[in-house]
Amino acid sequence: MTPAARSARPAGVPPASRPAGLRPVWLAAGVAAVLVALVVGVSLGPVTLPPGSVAAELLNLLPGVHLDSGLSEREVAIVTELRLPRVVLGLLVGGMLALAGGCYQGVFRNPLADPYLLGVAAGAGLAVTAVIALGGVGTEGALTGLPVTIPLAAFVGSLGAVGMTYALGAAGGRGRSPAMLILAGVAVSAFLSAGQTYLLQRHSDSIQAVYSWLLGRLATAGWHDVLLVLPYAVLTTVVVLLHGRELDVLSVGDDEATSLGLHPQRSRYLLIAAASLGTAAAVSATGLIGFVGIIVPHTVRLLAGSSYRVILPLSLLFGAAFLALTDVVARTAAAPAEIPIGVVTALLGGPFFILVLRTARRVLT
Amino acid sequence: MSAAPAVQVRDLRVALGGTPILAGVDLTVAAGEWVTVIGPNGAGKSTLLRAVGGLLPAPGAVTLFGTPIAALRRRERARVVATVAQSPVVPAGMSVLDYVLLGRTPYIPALGRESATDLAVVHEVLERLDLGGFSRRELATLSGGERQRVFLARALAQGATLLLLDEPTSALDIGHQQEVLDLVDRLRGEHGLTVLATMHDLSIAGEYADRMVLLAAGRVVAAGTPREVLTERLLAEHYRASVRVVDGDHGPLVVPVRRTP
Repeated sequence: MTPAARSARPAGVPPASRPAGLRPVWLAAGVAAVLVALVVGVSLGPVTLPPGSVAAELLNLLPGVHLDSGLSEREVAIVTELRLPRVVLGLLVGGMLALAGGCYQGVFRNPLADPYLLGVAAGAGLAVTAVIALGGVGTEGALTGLPVTIPLAAFVGSLGAVGMTYALGAAGGRGRSPAMLILAGVAVSAFLSAGQTYLLQRHSDSIQAVYSWLLGRLATAGWHDVLLVLPYAVLTTVVVLLHGRELDVLSVGDDEATSLGLHPQRSRYLLIAAASLGTAAAVSATGLIGFVGIIVPHTVRLLAGSSYRVILPLSLLFGAAFLALTDVVARTAAAPAEIPIGVVTALLGGPFFILVLRTARRVLT
Repeated sequence: MSAAPAVQVRDLRVALGGTPILAGVDLTVAAGEWVTVIGPNGAGKSTLLRAVGGLLPAPGAVTLFGTPIAALRRRERARVVATVAQSPVVPAGMSVLDYVLLGRTPYIPALGRESATDLAVVHEVLERLDLGGFSRRELATLSGGERQRVFLARALAQGATLLLLDEPTSALDIGHQQEVLDLVDRLRGEHGLTVLATMHDLSIAGEYADRMVLLAAGRVVAAGTPREVLTERLLAEHYRASVRVVDGDHGPLVVPVRRTP
């Protein structure tokens, strides 16, 4: 590198006068991705509906809009009662997982942080399994509606898990490496999964209910589930998005953040709680869906910028679109059978994780 | 400029994990002064700086411009004292402009965003430090000397009049060391800054400091002008170093001499 040669301002390029922030074009792209996912997700299925009509029917849901979509009454019911809640839930869950992933990456200053890898999802999983197995929920074979206790149990479980991972990962002291945290997350996940397996062994009558939930399916989603997840999702979104700038400050380290007047530990606890709440809501609705929290924020970072004021809102939007579209693949690739969506994201996420690992090698050593 | 000293440290004791690091340190830095803390590895130099910067709890021991540091709220403190760490974290992908803007954090309301004033201050600082052409560059791609200028720019953007520099030149070659320290000295004059630094290179330290403090095993063992502190006897005793001290134009020059076997 020759600093002298590169330091000169290239002719015609004005000095940057704007700080890093969300560019309108990216925001528009994110919203467009969500809308496309919405229309595609609702259109495709055992009965394929024309996307134009679906779009018209979706617009009809807005107050004051009356368009003629040309769909029969039965098809309208498919759109609004069967497919739409499923797609909306997919959007919510995807948005939450990606937002939580981006947030964890900032809070832990760790490119590998992800709700799945930190053990957060496993904690939520164990808690939900305990509620189903010990509470006798869903012993009839499948979970139809989502009991209110499940998101709460998932939240408690996820906070417990992230607390354990954090404490274990911090055991290395000041010189701890990012890899330490992930190893701690793996250990915590293994420990909690063992607990879950034990619970299932002892309560084999609820195995089917737990497994159909564990593998991450959106199949049984109804408006009930959407309404149950929505308040948590809104709360998480508001808290996390408001802290984008603080996460940027935290990225220079706790000492620097402190000397800049922040209270890093306080922000960290608040953001961990918010991200874990979002994760818990997602997990309780759809089971364990891995890697969304790592695929989406990294892609956003690569394409749109590394400020958390960019990563967080775009992760929310693109994460939503990503999961809704992944769900389309999950239910059409092997039609009429459905592949659990968690399997699809893991198939995509595994190789992607290796890629991140390779680029993050510098940070990890 | 206030009449109270910029920094007043009285009987500062810090123990980390049960091990005493500082065992009763007294230090006064007058406003506008440049004081450099020297001492062998593990003497507690960085710890002293961290305590003055508010990064360590030091109840009652540290007073900044007449106000006990514990009485300052975090944001208030950040407007009074800015720290440049020994090797600051360089976040991947962050531009020079965004990095320097972080210095405005104590002026930005919680959950708020930068105002036009903040941007104007940052652009002014960048121009002053000859970094205008770098503002869009990714910080990680800059050379060591350029980065050190950016770190200083961030501290200046903070608007603090007390600057704490922990080994500001340790990563630089000799030419860039002089460049950075000349810059700090110039800024000190222009902005009326007070500088408290730690340094390892004794000759360079002595040429820039008004006063020096020699720290050993958590205690101040000598303090005064560079000529009073940089003596063959003191350095032999506390660094266990064999040196010759020669008179230079701007202070004593410390030359290591190989021990005769």
